[in-house]
Amino acid sequence: MATRSSETAPWCFAAPGLLLLSLFLVLPFLLAFLFSLTDQRLLASDALPTGFVALRNYARLLADRNVWAAFRNNLYFAAVVTPVQSALALGLALLVNRELPGARLFRTIYFMPVATTMAVVTVIWSLFYAPDPGLLNRLVHLLSLGAIGPRDWLRDPRLVMPAVMALSIWQGAGFQMLVFLAGLQAIPRDLYEAAALDGAGGWQRFRTITLPMLRNTTIFVLVTTTIQALQLFTQVQVIAASGASAPVNTFRTVVLLVVQEGFRNGRIGYASALSVVFFLAVLGVSGLQRALLRGRDGP
Amino acid sequence: MSRRAAHYALLAVLAAFFLAPLLVMFVSAFKSDELQLLRDLGSTRAFLPCGELSWRNFAAVLADTPFLRALGNSLGTVAVTVALGVLVNSMLAYALARFRFRGRAGLLAAIIALMVIPFESLALPLLVLVNQLPWFGGHGWLNSYHVQILPFIAHPFSIYLFHQAFATLPKDLEEAARMDGASRWRIYWSIALPLSKPVIATVAVLQFLARWGDLLWPVLVVRGPGHATLPLAMQTFFGQYPRHWGEVMAFAALATLPTLALFLALQGWFVRSVVSGGIKG
Repeated sequence: MATRSSETAPWCFAAPGLLLLSLFLVLPFLLAFLFSLTDQRLLASDALPTGFVALRNYARLLADRNVWAAFRNNLYFAAVVTPVQSALALGLALLVNRELPGARLFRTIYFMPVATTMAVVTVIWSLFYAPDPGLLNRLVHLLSLGAIGPRDWLRDPRLVMPAVMALSIWQGAGFQMLVFLAGLQAIPRDLYEAAALDGAGGWQRFRTITLPMLRNTTIFVLVTTTIQALQLFTQVQVIAASGASAPVNTFRTVVLLVVQEGFRNGRIGYASALSVVFFLAVLGVSGLQRALLRGRDGP
Repeated sequence: MSRRAAHYALLAVLAAFFLAPLLVMFVSAFKSDELQLLRDLGSTRAFLPCGELSWRNFAAVLADTPFLRALGNSLGTVAVTVALGVLVNSMLAYALARFRFRGRAGLLAAIIALMVIPFESLALPLLVLVNQLPWFGGHGWLNSYHVQILPFIAHPFSIYLFHQAFATLPKDLEEAARMDGASRWRIYWSIALPLSKPVIATVAVLQFLARWGDLLWPVLVVRGPGHATLPLAMQTFFGQYPRHWGEVMAFAALATLPTLALFLALQGWFVRSVVSGGIKG
């Protein structure tokens, strides 16, 4: 069995993938740690050779107000979007899971924003947020019976993040709806039939059967939405690039700061340190998911 | 009956919420009178094709902006990335699932561990790296197609999905083929791969969605319209002043149509892929 061909054959199959993984994933990942300990610049110059600076970049991160503000913005976004989008997605899944004529059509409609590119979504919503006649201003005016006047949603420091949250939820809910739908369809029917025989009402069945049976799905959805909130970039990048008057300080996220420090300011060492901290944050959230999934239920 | 009516009413309200932005985009794209477009935004006319309607915005986008170039760039880079990704990742997964060799278990564990690394955390070191790489004529890879393809072919999560699929395939067919003297490559190519079509679809759809929408990497490695993909071209056009909303919406509508059409045509595959790819816990 152990012929020579059978010892080299697996490596022939594995070689292209392993080569690409090492070069474009493992190597840059290690470089992030390495660069974070140096004053590496994007454009190397002979006058300023790269040197080892130990943990100076990390010390500077701690003292940088922009870093704290960026993490705060991500947290704010996560604190709103994760619960709201997950709850909306669960609601949508419950609604289209009922076997009614037309349920498939509605499922399609709710999923359509997912098939729309995020950069395009941000542009479309910017039209709603437009200050002068703007659709949203008109709607707010009507709903508040004229009490709330027009706002410049993408230029008002307090309103940018909520505006970004709304369009992100609109785009992302359909995807999570499908994940919940898969979870719902995996629940055995006889559980509901037994509960109905015992005289359990709709709300009771939801609380005692649906929610517990969806536990792992819910954890998965909450964790992936939180990680996506940490990765928030496209929406804020499009808004930041759309005009000089955007109040970038109030919506700059960690990834946007990484790009601005490393790419625009050329401070690769500093941006790498921030990338490492960002990675540790994502790792922490994933670790939390593992702990929660291992937490209670058996096989 | 009234409960059912309430159910449908709720479904309809939510449908309006999800459809309204797309509707306004398509309707506004046809409004060639910019002042009228802006006036309409203050009323329900924003949702209606009224006033002066024409294809003029679309014609302007096609003639005066690099839209078609960006569409071609997106289609080309994403198609090549997805196709090579299916091949390379399934080959690696096949080696892990069907060969016994030293270090196999450790390699599989390492690849699964790599799944947790978000691209955002290595984008800048990767930028420095590709800036130094030789090959493909010339020093540095910036402003090219290969810089938008090669780093994204190998993908740990796709390898993991392929590995799961291959590991659960019954071995009888492959063993019978080996008895008949078929080579390992032939068994992989004509038996294992064709039996794994659902996973191929899942991997292709998930990679397509991720690569098609990516803005971070193009922002870092592309200058000018030559190699820009749709998200970057959209951002650039949106950032130009004076802003002409009719043309911006025409650009957005044109950028949305291909993926929307693809999704509506292949809906079943899409939904199944998202579901099976979503549950990786």
